[in-house]
Amino acid sequence: MAKAELMNYEMALEQFEVVIGLEVHIELNTKTKMFCGCRNEFGNEPNTNVCPVCIALPGALPAVNKTAVESSIKIGLALGCSIAPTGRFARKNYFYPDLAKNFQTSQYDEPIAFEGSLDVETPSGKVHTVLIERAHMEEDAGKLTHIGGSTGRIQGAEYSLVDYNRAGVPLVEIVTKPVFGAGAEAPELAAAYVRSIREIVKALGVSDARMERGNVRCDANVSLRPHGTEKLGTRTETKNVNSLRSIERAVRYEIQRQAHILANGGTITQETRHWHEDRGATSAGRPKSDADDYRYFPEPDLVPVQPSKELIESLRASLPEKPADRRKRLAADWGFSELEFRDVVNADLLDSIEETVAAGAKPQAARKWWMGELARIANESEEGVVPNITPAQVAELAALVEAGKINDRLAREVLGYVLAGEGSPAEIVAARGLEVVSDDGALIAAINDALAAQPDVIDAIREGRMQAAGAVIGAVMKAMKGSADAARVRELLIEMANK
Amino acid sequence: MSDLIRKTAAELAGLLASGEVSSVEVTKAHLDRSAAVDKAVHSYLYQNPESALASAAEVDRARAAGEKLGPLAGVPIAVKDNLTTTDAPTTSGSKILEGWIPPYDATVVAKLRAAGLPILGKTNLDEFAMGSSTEFSAYGPSRNPWDLERIPGGSGGGSSSVVSSFQAPLAIGSDTGGSIRFPAAVTGTVGTKPTYGAVSRYGLIALASSLDQVGPVARNVLDTAMLQDVIAGHDPFDSTSLPESLGSMTEAAKKLDIKGMRIGVIKQLSGEGFQAGVTARFNESLNLLANAGADIVEVSCPSFEYAIAAYYLILPAEASSNLAKFDSVRYGMRVEPNENATIERVMAATREAGFGPEVKRRIILGTYALSSGSYDKYYGAALKVRTLIQRDFDAAFAKADVLVSPTGPTTAFKFGDKIDDPLAMYLNDIATIPANLAGIPGMSLPNGLAVEDGLPVGIQLLAPAREDARLYQVGAWLEQAHENIWGKRMIDFAPELEVG
Ligand SMILES: [Zn+2]
Repeated sequence: MAKAELMNYEMALEQFEVVIGLEVHIELNTKTKMFCGCRNEFGNEPNTNVCPVCIALPGALPAVNKTAVESSIKIGLALGCSIAPTGRFARKNYFYPDLAKNFQTSQYDEPIAFEGSLDVETPSGKVHTVLIERAHMEEDAGKLTHIGGSTGRIQGAEYSLVDYNRAGVPLVEIVTKPVFGAGAEAPELAAAYVRSIREIVKALGVSDARMERGNVRCDANVSLRPHGTEKLGTRTETKNVNSLRSIERAVRYEIQRQAHILANGGTITQETRHWHEDRGATSAGRPKSDADDYRYFPEPDLVPVQPSKELIESLRASLPEKPADRRKRLAADWGFSELEFRDVVNADLLDSIEETVAAGAKPQAARKWWMGELARIANESEEGVVPNITPAQVAELAALVEAGKINDRLAREVLGYVLAGEGSPAEIVAARGLEVVSDDGALIAAINDALAAQPDVIDAIREGRMQAAGAVIGAVMKAMKGSADAARVRELLIEMANK
Repeated sequence: MSDLIRKTAAELAGLLASGEVSSVEVTKAHLDRSAAVDKAVHSYLYQNPESALASAAEVDRARAAGEKLGPLAGVPIAVKDNLTTTDAPTTSGSKILEGWIPPYDATVVAKLRAAGLPILGKTNLDEFAMGSSTEFSAYGPSRNPWDLERIPGGSGGGSSSVVSSFQAPLAIGSDTGGSIRFPAAVTGTVGTKPTYGAVSRYGLIALASSLDQVGPVARNVLDTAMLQDVIAGHDPFDSTSLPESLGSMTEAAKKLDIKGMRIGVIKQLSGEGFQAGVTARFNESLNLLANAGADIVEVSCPSFEYAIAAYYLILPAEASSNLAKFDSVRYGMRVEPNENATIERVMAATREAGFGPEVKRRIILGTYALSSGSYDKYYGAALKVRTLIQRDFDAAFAKADVLVSPTGPTTAFKFGDKIDDPLAMYLNDIATIPANLAGIPGMSLPNGLAVEDGLPVGIQLLAPAREDARLYQVGAWLEQAHENIWGKRMIDFAPELEVG
């Protein structure tokens, strides 16, 4: 596929106003599925979490998961939405093999939550108010694996396998109203918005919110219109962009792609598009029109959900701190500079650092690890995600350094072993004998060896030329393969010189 | 032939309780009867004598051990083949499900097992319960024991013929627009469509979810009541199931008192369009009721004029979606085209081969009714009619405790008479459909024989939602009154079947 031609980003913004719209699917972390008692669990053997309901056996009927309804209401409330006194389910009819019933049970004209808003801060520090149109409940589809064929897509596959473990997992879809006026920040705003949604659902405890597992999935709508015009341009919908970085890149790409087409007199095709992280480009998917006919009608197998006022108010009272408030609190607690704090937010590391601090690390040490060595490793990794290490392990590593058990160089080495899965930092230090040697006997022996080769150093120190000590410290470190406590070596040298 | 097969379920229950007969004997008697007559009647799609006898033996053992048993324990029953059973294939009368053995029991089936009723087999029906004659069963029609050249009604013609041919004292049916009541009327038996939600639909292969209701079929009102008491009750697996109990139908069937009861005659469901003999017997029953001290009042339900039109939009709309799951991916028939077997082509080829003509007709109707250009004009308009019909009933029940009408416009018609005329077939349900649209309970019971053809006529009783007990109270009284006049039960006028 030829790569589309793109207009330079600044030029695109000069000519066109960007309008975006975001649809975010949140997979809820309820114990059971939306309409049956099957476990809602990731990573089990295919087709083990299934029952007559979620594989649509003849005669089976759905029953609504009350916890999922409560989670949906919590999300709605956290987004400042009104909660519908009557929320009805509807059937969205279309044939696809990952959809056991060949219709999805969703909500159509009576969503559980509607009309809210969310203030979203972009990396520049600017706060945008994003209006929420609705949040509705629905069920996930199964997972298809296409075997044979080169693309991994259904076209050209020899056959396909279906895993219905995910079929019927509860989802909440949050749909924004069109977002105007973000200007050049539209891509950053899109990513920041999804980040905020993630923070909210995580704080609410209603989703594991892990994008790499598909707990949070974003479809990004982008359209352009010439500045000063009213009519909205034709939009494209880029599907399932599954990392914050991809969202930003995909929106930017679509702006540039559409701008090039429009500026050259072309028209935008209303369609879904797929984001390819490797190529940094979107490609055309299925044409989509407003006339897509899903033959929605009220789900006759379910009675409407009618949350009582008391339930809504008790859920409202249980809402956790708002993300913006939490940031203020953490900024004050941690004492980072404004710039340091914003970098942490933009790197999406608030949670990691908070958990590391909670596990006993000093805030600056936690920041140093996550923003430094771990960020570097993440950047070098293929998926661009923070490597597989828990905040508790980072805190343990920081504690070992703090206590002088290991030095920075050793700590980086230990980190490598942690990532390789050898265990916790303390276990690795013990198992590999990496602890800093501060046993005076061993150090003095090593110092004596070094002094034998450089006898002048003691005199130099006595004369106050401390830089001369460096050569001996270096030699001791080298002899002890970096595990010497450098500060103690220095102290011992001075003691010896002053005898 | 054992005379056990002519006994009512209540009588059998008495004999079983007193130890005069065993459930194995009763079950065996009915299995023998099927062996003798079902080749001609074709009530059953499947029978498993071993499994029925094993259940019977288990009840006998439990009774001998002094375990507490339900009132119908040991009385065998037939189940319509659109309810799932783990020990028998469940086809819903369709080729697309041929040979499918469900991994779970419908709630109603589980209740029957728990109550100790041995299941004799699965009864025939029009494919996915779409029809009024069983002529649309993919496995051939069932026959009316009164005249084997005539239809036993539908869709539940298997259940109506199984009780009227004395192959079972009891049967389970399902009623979406009259599928229990019309078959009961044309076979001289009793059938009730309970209030929507009174009986669980879990495990009932859905035709139209908002209209379907499982219900009891038997040869008399008391048996029907006892069976409804066994199968009714809240089911957390069916969200539309009523939370509350509707009380004892058996008690209501024993009252035999209708004094002061207000009986409403629905103006729109009497006279025109009904066979003369049907109307004549209906009027006789009104006189019986009036003479016994009931108040006969006329009620008007003007929206009933649109009931069939609304029904044939709502039903196909829901059915088109309910039947989408038959796609060859997980169970049932699978047809692969010779070349280029994409999933779409496999689904299409399977559905083309697996569904019969009436099912296809209704899927197309329903898909069209829901499509974005026609939703408001058809499906949306039908929902409005549905609301108007509910209002008509509300107004009628303000004046009357029970409404009455003939169950069907005619006695049993001959095979082939209406098969090529869907509209004529649909009009058969004119009196039964409004109850499904409104979710209210309805019963059909024998109302004498038509003078012109000597075939059974049915009378329909309707009550407000949750007032199923009124049907049994009035129905049992009327049944008794008829028996007094005719000298014996209506079913006893049926000709003896040739035993082959
Ligand atoms: Zn399930």
